[in-house]
Amino acid sequence: MTRRLSPALVITLSLVVITIILGTYGRDLSKALDARWLVKFPSAWIIPFKTYISAAMKWLVEEAAIGPLSFTDVTRSIAWLIEQPYRFVLSLLGDGFTTGQGNAETVILPPISWVVVTAAVVALGHYCRDWMLAALVGACFLYLAIFGQWDSAMVTLASVLIAVPIGAGGGLLMGIWAYRHPRGERFLMPVLDLMQTIPIFAYLVPILFMFGFGPVSALVATIIYATPPMVRVTILALKSVDPELVDFGRMAGTTPRQLMWRVLVPSASHSLMVGVNQVIMLTLNMVIIASMIGAGGLGFDVLAALRRLDIGAGFEAGIAIVVLAIAVDRLSQAFAERMGQIHHAPEHQSWIARHKRTAIVLALLAITWAFGRFAPAIMAYPEAQTITTGAFWDDTVKYLNVNFFDTFEAIKVFFLTYFLLPIKRTLLGIPWPWTIAMLMLLGWRAGGWRLAVLCGGLSGLIAITGLWSKAMVTVYLCGASVIIATLIGVPLGVLAALNKRAGVVINVLIDTLQTLPSFVYLIPVVMLFRVGDFTAMIAIVLYALAPAVRYAAHGVRNVSHDLIEAGIVSGCTPRQLLRLVRLPLALPEILLGINQTIMLALSMLVITALVGTRDLGQEVYIALTKADTGRGIVAGLAIAFIAIIADRLVNAGASGARKRFGLES
Amino acid sequence: MNANIKLSCRSVWKLYGNETDSFLQQNPDPSDDDIRDAGIIGAVRNASLDIAEGEIFVIMGLSGSGKSTLVRCLSRLIEPTGGEVLFDGADLLRASDAEMIEIRRHKLGMVFQHFALLPHLSVLQNVMFPLTVQAVPKPQAEAKAREVVELVGLKGREDYYPRELSGGQQQRVGIARSLVTEPDLWFLDEPFSALDPLIRREMQDEFLSLQARLHKTIVFITHDFDEAVRLADRIAIMKDGKIIQVATPEELVVNPASDYVEEFTRHIPRDKVLTAGGLMTRGATAEGTPVPTNARISDVAERIIMADGPVPVADRSGEIVGTIDRKAIAHVLFGAGGGA
Repeated sequence: MTRRLSPALVITLSLVVITIILGTYGRDLSKALDARWLVKFPSAWIIPFKTYISAAMKWLVEEAAIGPLSFTDVTRSIAWLIEQPYRFVLSLLGDGFTTGQGNAETVILPPISWVVVTAAVVALGHYCRDWMLAALVGACFLYLAIFGQWDSAMVTLASVLIAVPIGAGGGLLMGIWAYRHPRGERFLMPVLDLMQTIPIFAYLVPILFMFGFGPVSALVATIIYATPPMVRVTILALKSVDPELVDFGRMAGTTPRQLMWRVLVPSASHSLMVGVNQVIMLTLNMVIIASMIGAGGLGFDVLAALRRLDIGAGFEAGIAIVVLAIAVDRLSQAFAERMGQIHHAPEHQSWIARHKRTAIVLALLAITWAFGRFAPAIMAYPEAQTITTGAFWDDTVKYLNVNFFDTFEAIKVFFLTYFLLPIKRTLLGIPWPWTIAMLMLLGWRAGGWRLAVLCGGLSGLIAITGLWSKAMVTVYLCGASVIIATLIGVPLGVLAALNKRAGVVINVLIDTLQTLPSFVYLIPVVMLFRVGDFTAMIAIVLYALAPAVRYAAHGVRNVSHDLIEAGIVSGCTPRQLLRLVRLPLALPEILLGINQTIMLALSMLVITALVGTRDLGQEVYIALTKADTGRGIVAGLAIAFIAIIADRLVNAGASGARKRFGLES
Repeated sequence: MNANIKLSCRSVWKLYGNETDSFLQQNPDPSDDDIRDAGIIGAVRNASLDIAEGEIFVIMGLSGSGKSTLVRCLSRLIEPTGGEVLFDGADLLRASDAEMIEIRRHKLGMVFQHFALLPHLSVLQNVMFPLTVQAVPKPQAEAKAREVVELVGLKGREDYYPRELSGGQQQRVGIARSLVTEPDLWFLDEPFSALDPLIRREMQDEFLSLQARLHKTIVFITHDFDEAVRLADRIAIMKDGKIIQVATPEELVVNPASDYVEEFTRHIPRDKVLTAGGLMTRGATAEGTPVPTNARISDVAERIIMADGPVPVADRSGEIVGTIDRKAIAHVLFGAGGGA
């Protein structure tokens, strides 16, 4: 059977070929035509958005006022409001309560001892589930004490304890507001979309400008970063409350407020806790990034170590973050589960009998405060007893580098010469008008003229801001990483779906990858491959792998059982079943996974700027160090635009595939 | 019956689509074609009903017939597009939000198909909920709640949580909760549809005995014609958003308004619906112990068949108003379209 080439396929193929040729010879071509503007966006056409934005920010901070109330007063009072509870928790966990300054400083009340904190989380673990969980979180906190990370960990924990209630509570209120006012929701949704696509770094800059360097800025940034998912989860959870329950509430004569707080919110509490868990995880994700604008604690330790290239110390602090994250994550998940279960409280017992755990912890607290003066080890874990693994990691890296340097170098050079650099050269060589035209064509094919206009408009904006070549480097780095992540992730996902035992192993692996804060990926990779694009790529692939695996597994698993049986009855071999039935039907889901992978890759990109990439991420990073608001925001928006274009194109493709298969009308 | 109409609705419309309000204003009585041409969906079309105090009024229809929408218009959970709903003579649709809350707190109760119990509250707390939102003092609310929990036969399970109960028990909680405020008007939206057939029957019996004690005005929604016939004083049959016929079960069986209605009645055992009064030969007299006019044929058939001649039929005051004979019974039991 000969395959006839359809005209559409011919056109597509030839366009691809032309694009590649243009990419390879574009530079020479533009020289020959004496039209350098084709490849390099002419600087005369650039609109200096960043100057405008910087000026506007300056005006906002220095002059903006409504009557006597200046903008700075507003930011100051917000900062004050956040700072008070933070100081309190920090004193409780880390610094102790003191009066006076300098030499006159006297301790009123020392911080809570490490013994009591550990006992408290063990009690909480037991309360939420069982002794297993108690042992796990207890071990996590003991680790922090034994490995000398306690003080930093408590600073981090204090900021988590402040950021999570504000983020979760604020998200809940905003979600409720959007639920009550559909018009508000229509306004809020695109804002949330944009906030989740703009890299965190981009809004660090204005926050730094408004709140100054310090823990409060870090908290504000963390809260802004962690709140959007809570808003989304709240809206979704409230909407999915059984409509009969809403009808019942109204028939019982509830006022709107009673309906919300006594019917809707309690009924949705289980889903809402999922949102709270997300807030917690995102808060921990922000720990290192927030330390760039003044958060102390474990994040600062990692960042400082990374800057010194002190691998051992960085790795240790990084692991401490992971350990803390695991403890907090498991606790909050167990707590959410417990809320969904039924507990019959035993009656007619004394307070102590009903609250054994609380009583024990409180007694311990009193004892440690009373005897802490005489036995310092009770209050602070003795430094002499701490273990450090820093030297071990340093030695390991040294050993690997001494013995396997050539291997690593060969791998790196191979990827650079045959994979990364060709892509980079091609992308930078394509004339920008051609790229924009191709994007519009793609948009038109995938989602009609609206999408075409969106793609054209956003990519045009990137060009006008003068960030075209940096944007192309971004696209190249992100694209290369996504290709690798897809090539690894999708087969892993398919394997996980088809083979139960492999599925368990892969699931654990992916879970672990997702709990790690993004920075942690950088440390081992930098150790082995030093700074550069290849290192960045590996870190991005590791970080962005999870959704590709998850969605592929989910897609393959969810192929309708009838269709599979139909395939078996038709005599498909397992291989044919996979190729002809499972994979095509899982395609939309796989595409969505790739979409998520792209989003994660873009958000990781900025972090990799730390290891010396020359893309938009670097631009944001430079802006941050120079506190150049305009530059940071423009570069951040450019990344967001790339994300939006990719997101819309892939989504349109996925929904097109779903329509073809009749899974969606 | 117009002496004490509890609830009535006059040409109630509920249309879904764009600008349904102005559509109905320009076009107060649109035909099916008008509605379709305007791209609008008519969930309830020109529904008018009168529900008398103390009766069990069943609205019966298949899924998508608009019965649930209609009952939500009557309780104003859904705002009708047009028409009026008169409750004790006052138009519910003109009540303010605050007035509506008051009316719902004191005069309306509703039971839901999937029970709509609050998962985080115990049985007792669920039943107390309507009183709690009215801020009734706790001891008083709790006493009242315990009373109705006992009424529905759940004494001893006050501290259970909804998911620890079977479906039938959960619906008992739903019933108790809707009765705790002693409403005048009781809506039941397919209350037994989610239950197993055996439990359903048991619940229907208990519902009837409950009503025999409480004498509420009841609007009962069902898609099950057997259930409607078993429970109803009067039945309204709905199709495509319109009310096709309103009648007693007996009238429906004897005089179906359309083929559609007849289709439902065909499989109904007639002897359980028809009464002696409906079948008797009016004016004739006979000897022997009379049967009452409202006796169901199924209950008296054996006696009449065993009798040698016609049996007299007496009305409520005991006066003989007619006779009934073997032939009439045989016709019901074995005749055209008889028993299933």
